[in-house]
Amino acid sequence: MKVSMSVNGKQVSGDAEPRTLLVHFLRDTLGLTGTHVGCESSYCGACTISLDGKAVLSCTMLAAQADGADITTVEGLASNGELHPVQEGFWERHGLQCGFCTPGMIMSAVTLLEENPEPSEDEIRQGIEGNLCRCTGYHNIVRAIEYAGAKMRGEEPAPAEWENA
Amino acid sequence: MYPREFEYIAPSDLDEALAALDANPGAKVLAGGMSLLPMMKMRLLSPDAVVDIGRIAGLDQISDNGDSISIGALVTHAEVAASDLVMEHGAALATAASWTGDRQVRNRGTCCGSLVHADVAADQPVAALALAATMVAVSSSGTREIAAADFFVDTMMSALEPNEILTEVRIPKAGPGTASAYDKLGRRGGHTDYAVAGVAASVTRSNGSISAATVAVTGVGSKPVLVGEVADALVGSDGSEAAVEAAAAHATCGIEVLEDLYGSVAYKTHLAQVFTARAVNAALSAAG
Ligand SMILES: Cc1cc2nc3c(=O)[nH]c(=O)nc-3n(C[C@H](O)[C@H](O)[C@H](O)COP(=O)(O)OP(=O)(O)OC[C@H]3O[C@@H](n4cnc5c(N)ncnc54)[C@H](O)[C@@H]3O)c2cc1C
Ligand code: FES
Ligand code: FES
Repeated sequence: MKVSMSVNGKQVSGDAEPRTLLVHFLRDTLGLTGTHVGCESSYCGACTISLDGKAVLSCTMLAAQADGADITTVEGLASNGELHPVQEGFWERHGLQCGFCTPGMIMSAVTLLEENPEPSEDEIRQGIEGNLCRCTGYHNIVRAIEYAGAKMRGEEPAPAEWENA
Repeated sequence: MYPREFEYIAPSDLDEALAALDANPGAKVLAGGMSLLPMMKMRLLSPDAVVDIGRIAGLDQISDNGDSISIGALVTHAEVAASDLVMEHGAALATAASWTGDRQVRNRGTCCGSLVHADVAADQPVAALALAATMVAVSSSGTREIAAADFFVDTMMSALEPNEILTEVRIPKAGPGTASAYDKLGRRGGHTDYAVAGVAASVTRSNGSISAATVAVTGVGSKPVLVGEVADALVGSDGSEAAVEAAAAHATCGIEVLEDLYGSVAYKTHLAQVFTARAVNAALSAAG
């Protein structure tokens, strides 16, 4: 069957079997390998994308279900060579180590900040509960999201914890 | 990891969906897909056809019917959790929804899908039981209403026929002095993930004593159940801490508590009692 959707602002279409998962359509058919496949069983969040503005698991959706949807993947965040504030936050606050969880973590953070522009630390931690990270211990991820939130609100981010240490 | 091949049917209205279910006896309804797709990927289930109800208009509303509220088949956990109407008349369900899975799961998974899926440790079925909800099931031969108390038949088995669609769950409005609450221990600690033990309670207070109560327990046995003994012990009492404690001692009455990866029989029995007391106390304080 043929499925069409908007991905990162571009109208795309391609062939998919009914059983093709959205994550495979994105990665294999469209060549957008930024979205990662971790557990492939709905638990790790590495495959998180924004679908009509909401964080969803692209490994637990059929490509067919996304026909007509408006999708943003991690590839769609930077514009004109400028990182999205959340990407910048992960860079500035060392929000990643191996980077495997990062695309999903970033998409979770982007949608979280769209829904709640000024989340508390607790709300940030709750907001990324569906994204597992085996490396960082989450601490710097939370700092990265706080940094991005401040940037997006036009505020000066708090200095990094290691400055003046 | 992907499912076996199947025919994908995406009807745009309910009649078409019901006809598709009649024409494909092995078909499965697909709502949020948060339970069906993992099962199909693990090949625990391989239906010949999948009827995606996600494009049917009119099923995505939470509505006020005057004496009750309705939650349509496509209303997600996130929408239930954010609804003032559900909070006002079915706080147990709103809380259960807010503690279901994680943000991604709540954005796709539906309240009705949870009820039909009827997992032994799911959050929504006990809230539906405690709130005396009614399930509205539609098939090509008509509509029938099923009381929550008759809906949860066994492990992952609801009273729905394969050719029926649960179009809405209806919750009676909470009258004066009535309030509900839900509390649980999640498998990943705190409130996260399926319930190791979870309890939903609804209570009515009048003239200083409890005049009505319903309490339902999930996670510990083979299906979500109403525990009449707890309710009986509460009704007529003053709702004091001691009275609640005494009633909560009956939390697993009539339930065969099952040991699983998450706890022994003794531990889960203890949890059921603890969370019964917490849920009842929370409902009592909300009831004023
Ligand atoms: C990572 C993860 C964590 C989770 N954690 C929790 C948790 O903490 N607590 C909890 O309770 N649940 C949890 N769930 C399950 C989640 O709540 C699902 O959303 C829910 O069980 C099923 O709803 P759905 O809309 O996704 O249904 P689907 O997966 O689409 O369908 C589930 C079943 O119900 C049937 N069905 C669905 N809707 C209808 C309908 N309207 N009429 C007839 N049949 C229908 C389907 O045919 C299928 O058999 C979790 C799931 C995941 C993936
Ligand atoms: S790959 Fe989708 S949740 Fe892990
Ligand atoms: S940075 Fe390695 S899993 Fe998160």
